[in-house]
Amino acid sequence: MASDRIFGLVTLITAVAYLAAATQIQTNFFSGEYLPKLFPMLIGGVAAISSLVLLFRPDPDPDWPATGSWIAMGVAVVVLAIYAVLLKPAGFILPTAIAAGILSYQISPRVRPAILAGVGLSIGLFILFKFLLGLGNIVAYRIPTPAKLWDALTLLIPFVGR
Amino acid sequence: MDILSNLALGFSVALSPYTLMLAIAGCFLGTIIGALPGLGPSNGVAILIPITFTLGLDATSALVLMTSVYYGAMYGGRISSILLNIPGDEPALMTTLDGYPMAKQGRAGDALVLSGVASFVGALLATIGLMLLAPSLARIAFLFGPAEYFALYLLAFCTLGGMASNNQAKSALAACIGLGIATIGVDSSSGLPRLTGGNLHLYDGIDFLVAIVGLFAIAEVFFFIESHGKGSSIGVKLDKVRIPWADIWSTKWTMLRSSGVGFIAGILPGAGASLGSFLAYMTEKSIAGPKGGFGTGVPKGIAAPEAGNNAAAGGALVPMLTLGVPGSGTTAVLLALLMTLNITPGPTLFTDRPEVVWGLIASLLIANVVLLLMNVPMVKIFVKVLMVPAWILLPGVTMVSFVGIYSLSGSYFDLLLMVGFGMLGYILRKLDVPTVPVILGILLGGNMEDALRRAMTLSDGDPSYLFSSPIAIGLWVAAVAGFIAPMFLRKVLKKPQAITDFGAFGCIGSWL
Repeated sequence: MASDRIFGLVTLITAVAYLAAATQIQTNFFSGEYLPKLFPMLIGGVAAISSLVLLFRPDPDPDWPATGSWIAMGVAVVVLAIYAVLLKPAGFILPTAIAAGILSYQISPRVRPAILAGVGLSIGLFILFKFLLGLGNIVAYRIPTPAKLWDALTLLIPFVGR
Repeated sequence: MDILSNLALGFSVALSPYTLMLAIAGCFLGTIIGALPGLGPSNGVAILIPITFTLGLDATSALVLMTSVYYGAMYGGRISSILLNIPGDEPALMTTLDGYPMAKQGRAGDALVLSGVASFVGALLATIGLMLLAPSLARIAFLFGPAEYFALYLLAFCTLGGMASNNQAKSALAACIGLGIATIGVDSSSGLPRLTGGNLHLYDGIDFLVAIVGLFAIAEVFFFIESHGKGSSIGVKLDKVRIPWADIWSTKWTMLRSSGVGFIAGILPGAGASLGSFLAYMTEKSIAGPKGGFGTGVPKGIAAPEAGNNAAAGGALVPMLTLGVPGSGTTAVLLALLMTLNITPGPTLFTDRPEVVWGLIASLLIANVVLLLMNVPMVKIFVKVLMVPAWILLPGVTMVSFVGIYSLSGSYFDLLLMVGFGMLGYILRKLDVPTVPVILGILLGGNMEDALRRAMTLSDGDPSYLFSSPIAIGLWVAAVAGFIAPMFLRKVLKKPQAITDFGAFGCIGSWL
């Protein structure tokens, strides 16, 4: 009940914001006055109506995971986000080994297998991608300057990174 | 004998040693992907698209490779259904109903071979059906103007939404999320950015591959973290594999009927393979009656859903190739593949690029034979794959996804976006909001909007133009009916639940 109501409220606010943004779409001589706005407004309208339906007729709640699992998933998201920004400045092998190891530990919390999985996947996949499949833009390792590392990490902080 | 000459053209494209090798490699890889619990045709094909694209294969080779993977994954799904009682993908759910009991009786090998043969029959008949039906449907599709196309896209969303979720509002929301994402970026007619929030990274729009890989593959990781990878151990023993001729012969009519049912279910836009296997199983169950013993491990109970499932997979290619409207999650992913290769499905594809269409059909036939030959003697190898533990598999899938997207664009922004889509996919699936309409929305949003704009331009802004032809009216009626009918049919056609020994995590995990 509550989950669907919250979800409905979030989508309703998003839909209204989207509709507001749609009315502000810039147009010019080539596009005509209303064509670029028409489709977004239709979508926003349907989304708003569906959200209202959800608010008033919610389904039963799903089985949400326990707090511990939420924290684990939060950690996984942070790890993946940091991995995403470090892949370029720090190269493939080290970030991949760490990220894969942490994920592995989170699925099955044993230290040694997790380390083995991280290192094995990192090196194995690097060989697969670089030498067998020949994907060009992955690099084994780069030693980033502290400034570059900081630049990469600030990308994750809203309003600080570019 | 148009078809034969076209088919000859197809085989001339698809039967070179190189493409044959790709087909075999694709089938092998696909079967493994399908067999792995948590990886099905949709997310398996999705994570491979960016990599295939970066490999720089030409269109035909890439198509042969990926359709082989697709068919292979459809075959492989049954292995974990039968041995683990975990469906590798949603359509394989029905196979668990009789496959797992049969395996527990010590006939795991028989069940695997029988389901392999049933898959072959279903897929073969569906491919033949595709050859016969698709060209004529493509001719009809030439009559479609912008109004008809708009109604057709709407129909796809309505029927898919009606089937995929238990709550129409949720599937409508899912479609709106996808369509809304598709509108982000530089507008095609004015050349001005819209709905980007001023973010330069969004001027190009959001790549559908990023969304697909995030929603299908990364979301899976969160499900495994939640469940701690429980439930992937083989509970039944697989002895020597023999070919159960008697069972195959006794189920021949079942296979034929189920192929027919599955193919028709597959053609309906939005219905797809899950409905195909479900209807095939239910039809056979009612024909056999209570004495048939369905649910206790009878051969017919395995042959029916597998033939239906694979026939529906072939049938779903008919609307995808002729109209550009995919019928299921997996065909949506295949559509994404075609669009990545710069091939636009639709009626013109059959006249402009016959070598692609018929090459594809020929490679489907080849993949089918390869899979049958591969699956009977080599089934033990694929069973070994099931032993790969989740704590290696899921990090591996994540890293492959990252490398795929990274090699496509080289941008950290797309990677972050992919993680975001992963979180979105987890939340949506938890809330029973289907993710396939989101994908379909991102894929088709641009075309749907173009159709609407053209219709409005032609009619000078008169909305009644959208209902101006009999075809368009028919599609609108079908769309409304397809959206509303499941509300009333839901009590009759209840979604089957897997019989469980150890929780339902497997079917949540692959509930695409």
